[in-house]
Amino acid sequence: MSKFKKKGSKGAPGITTASLPDIVFMLLFFFMVVTKMRDSEMKVKIQVPAATELQKLEKKSLVSHVYIGSPIPKYAAVLGTAPRIQLNDQFATPSQIPFFIANEIEKLSNPKLRKAMTCAMRVDKEVKMGIVTEVKTELRKVNFRKVSYLASDAGELE
Amino acid sequence: MAKRDLPEINAGSMADIAFLLLIFFLVTTTIQTDSGLSVLLPPYVEEPPPPVEKNKRNVFSVQINGNNELLVRGKQCPDVLSIKEKAITFITNRGKDPNSSESPKKAIISILNDNGTSYEMYVTVYNQLKAAYNQLWEESSKEQFGRSYKDLTKKERQAIRKEIPLVISEAEPSDLLKG
Repeated sequence: MSKFKKKGSKGAPGITTASLPDIVFMLLFFFMVVTKMRDSEMKVKIQVPAATELQKLEKKSLVSHVYIGSPIPKYAAVLGTAPRIQLNDQFATPSQIPFFIANEIEKLSNPKLRKAMTCAMRVDKEVKMGIVTEVKTELRKVNFRKVSYLASDAGELE
Repeated sequence: MAKRDLPEINAGSMADIAFLLLIFFLVTTTIQTDSGLSVLLPPYVEEPPPPVEKNKRNVFSVQINGNNELLVRGKQCPDVLSIKEKAITFITNRGKDPNSSESPKKAIISILNDNGTSYEMYVTVYNQLKAAYNQLWEESSKEQFGRSYKDLTKKERQAIRKEIPLVISEAEPSDLLKG
């Protein structure tokens, strides 16, 4: 009888799960990086125009979004296809802009940042200027003058 | 007779593979950032001030009608992309042509659009005008400081912008073509 006996079962050893956390973390990080937090559901269809002289909008918390475009098919049956303004999650009229801006300013942690706030206008290229001008006038009325017309980079398309 | 043990799979390198993938995705994916044309709107006034009689030669007017047709300084302009060149010649005239601007400091760009103008056209025109100024700033920066405008300090940029100020005035839109 030998002193050193082979012990344990002779079956296949279990696959180690030591690396499972790594894989899970990797997936987690991947999705954290790729997903873009969209705080509002898009109710209008928007395809932005192309431009070349673009400037990046840096601080996300200082940017307020105004969307203008035709309602998506789900809402088009009720609202028609005329361009609409969307603020946050809802359809809005130009007269609601001052209220929306006041809300956005209230959200600021530091009132000193008020001057740095920008209104990003994401407007469909087919939209007529009439509605855009109305929005611009409302913004000017509440002295919110920094505006950015969002556009895609024309250089990338070529 | 003892069965032979299956060798255990070495999982030590799994973590390395995982990190490799992680880093690969980190490098290749770009977080989408919004970018656009930055504009400072004029302050709101109840009554639009009476049009100041400015010297006509210093105004580069661009009119866009409801059919997206252009009128640049009173002349029809079928090609949007030529605005940039026209604006540059206008701004850098420095008094040579009696019909063009006296100096870059006095040059004013005026845009008048119709309510029926498409947003795309408006942005294209605005982009062209901005491109004209960006090019002039770049050239002036190369000349004065020997560096690209992007690499200048804030003070140097201000100096250049003082020399060639960007003045784009937007009149209240007309409503010539309904619909």
